[in-house]
Amino acid sequence: MVKVAHVQLSSCCGCLVSLTDTYEKLLDVLGAIDLVYSQTLADVREVPDDVDIILLEGSVCLSDHHALETALACREKAKILVALGACAASGNITRFSRGGQMSKPVHDAFAPLTEVVKCDLAIPGCPPSPESIVAVITAALEGDMDYLEPYAELAKYGSEACGCDLIVKVINKSLCMGCGACAAACPTRAVTMECGRPAIDKEICIKCGACSVQCPRIRFPELIEKIE
Amino acid sequence: MDPFGSYKFAISARATNNQIRKKSQDGGIVSAAYIHGLESGLLDGVIVADKGEDFCAIPKVATTVDEVLSAAGTKYTTSPNLSVLKSAVREYGCDKVGFVGTPCQVQSIRKMLKYPVGYRHVPDKIALIMGIFCMENFPYNGLKTIIEEHCGIKMEDVAKTDIGKGKFWVYSKWGDVKTIKLKDTHPYEQHSCHVCMDYTAELADISTGSVGSPDGWSTIFIRTAKGEAFYKAMEEAGVIEIKNIDDVKPGLGLVEKLANSKKDNNGKERAHRKEIGLPLPY
Repeated sequence: MVKVAHVQLSSCCGCLVSLTDTYEKLLDVLGAIDLVYSQTLADVREVPDDVDIILLEGSVCLSDHHALETALACREKAKILVALGACAASGNITRFSRGGQMSKPVHDAFAPLTEVVKCDLAIPGCPPSPESIVAVITAALEGDMDYLEPYAELAKYGSEACGCDLIVKVINKSLCMGCGACAAACPTRAVTMECGRPAIDKEICIKCGACSVQCPRIRFPELIEKIE
Repeated sequence: MDPFGSYKFAISARATNNQIRKKSQDGGIVSAAYIHGLESGLLDGVIVADKGEDFCAIPKVATTVDEVLSAAGTKYTTSPNLSVLKSAVREYGCDKVGFVGTPCQVQSIRKMLKYPVGYRHVPDKIALIMGIFCMENFPYNGLKTIIEEHCGIKMEDVAKTDIGKGKFWVYSKWGDVKTIKLKDTHPYEQHSCHVCMDYTAELADISTGSVGSPDGWSTIFIRTAKGEAFYKAMEEAGVIEIKNIDDVKPGLGLVEKLANSKKDNNGKERAHRKEIGLPLPY
């Protein structure tokens, strides 16, 4: 059975909640895998050495050597390392941290996992939807690399995620046709549609990347066209 | 090149309900499908492009027949229909959402279904995807320039717009009818439409548009099992009147001609963009 671990670094547990929010599908997922480590769902203290898939949630606090060691250890132990959620994929709200916060005021530097170690897949979104987590785990179990390709690409280049992507990559390239997929995907309602184009409130954007990941005018994998 | 994408069968049809036909653009297929869906319980919420102030288009979640009827008709300007998709599920609590959109919007919702990163618990609530034939669209201010500068009708006075017989038509609330040659509207199209290779909403469950059918009728492509089941339910309920597509004029030949001309022209534009280093959706 495929061994899967869920590991957390600097995060809010939202991705784990999203994983469990799959309801009955969670049972299918758990039935298809051997969950070898998960702080909330399994009573295990150490991440085992040989894991097939590690879902790592959260960003890496560069001012904390434990976090760096965990990130490196997960890379070594995992056949497939998945940056789960926006903090791990692109930094998300931890991008705005500049120290001073309780209870560790000296923790002032946070980087997404994708910038610290090489990740195989990254699932952005704050949190990513349960459906997308299940789809990625299922595709990874089946070795469906065609489906996973966009997630593999985000693991390599996904670290700039924010509403500005829409302006730079889509509107400035005369590709936006005003469908509104970005506005609906935004978890904080930072994206609104004005005159058929997204307007981004930078005060509210948390850099989760959901808007640009959801945009069909950046990435439109061919397999989407297989509708039946 | 395959002009229409995959489909099970095509027909020509119109809504049997006079009230729908009076308000709708052509055969009233989208309104008829939505109203049948809401009344039969196949759908509990539908996304429409409603008429806002000064004839702008505003996406809206409609849950009643009146709301569907008041939104009927084509606006020829951008209506970000996907932007209200999540609120249909969250705020309106809909479990069976009907969606209608242009081919690009249908592509967008298909991407959402396959890669639903930011759409928690939305994919399984999409009950029907309808697509409308589309050659290109205008930004609101582009449409405004066409209607106010070229046709001399104020946006606040517009009752209906239409495209047909090589012309863009504007009907005012006071009975004026003005036209502009379609080729004179090209400068006001949004450029992003020129990378689109899809005329007939190839990824929809059901696609519809006026082209190919006589005035007051619509051409329909049934593409998926879901689309077929919904179409059959409409047919059985008698909400649409049907003709064999081979028996109507001008028929599928004209749809094919237009679909191919969109693919040819935009294929060239895509090649040009590639040549000068501009990105394309990949």
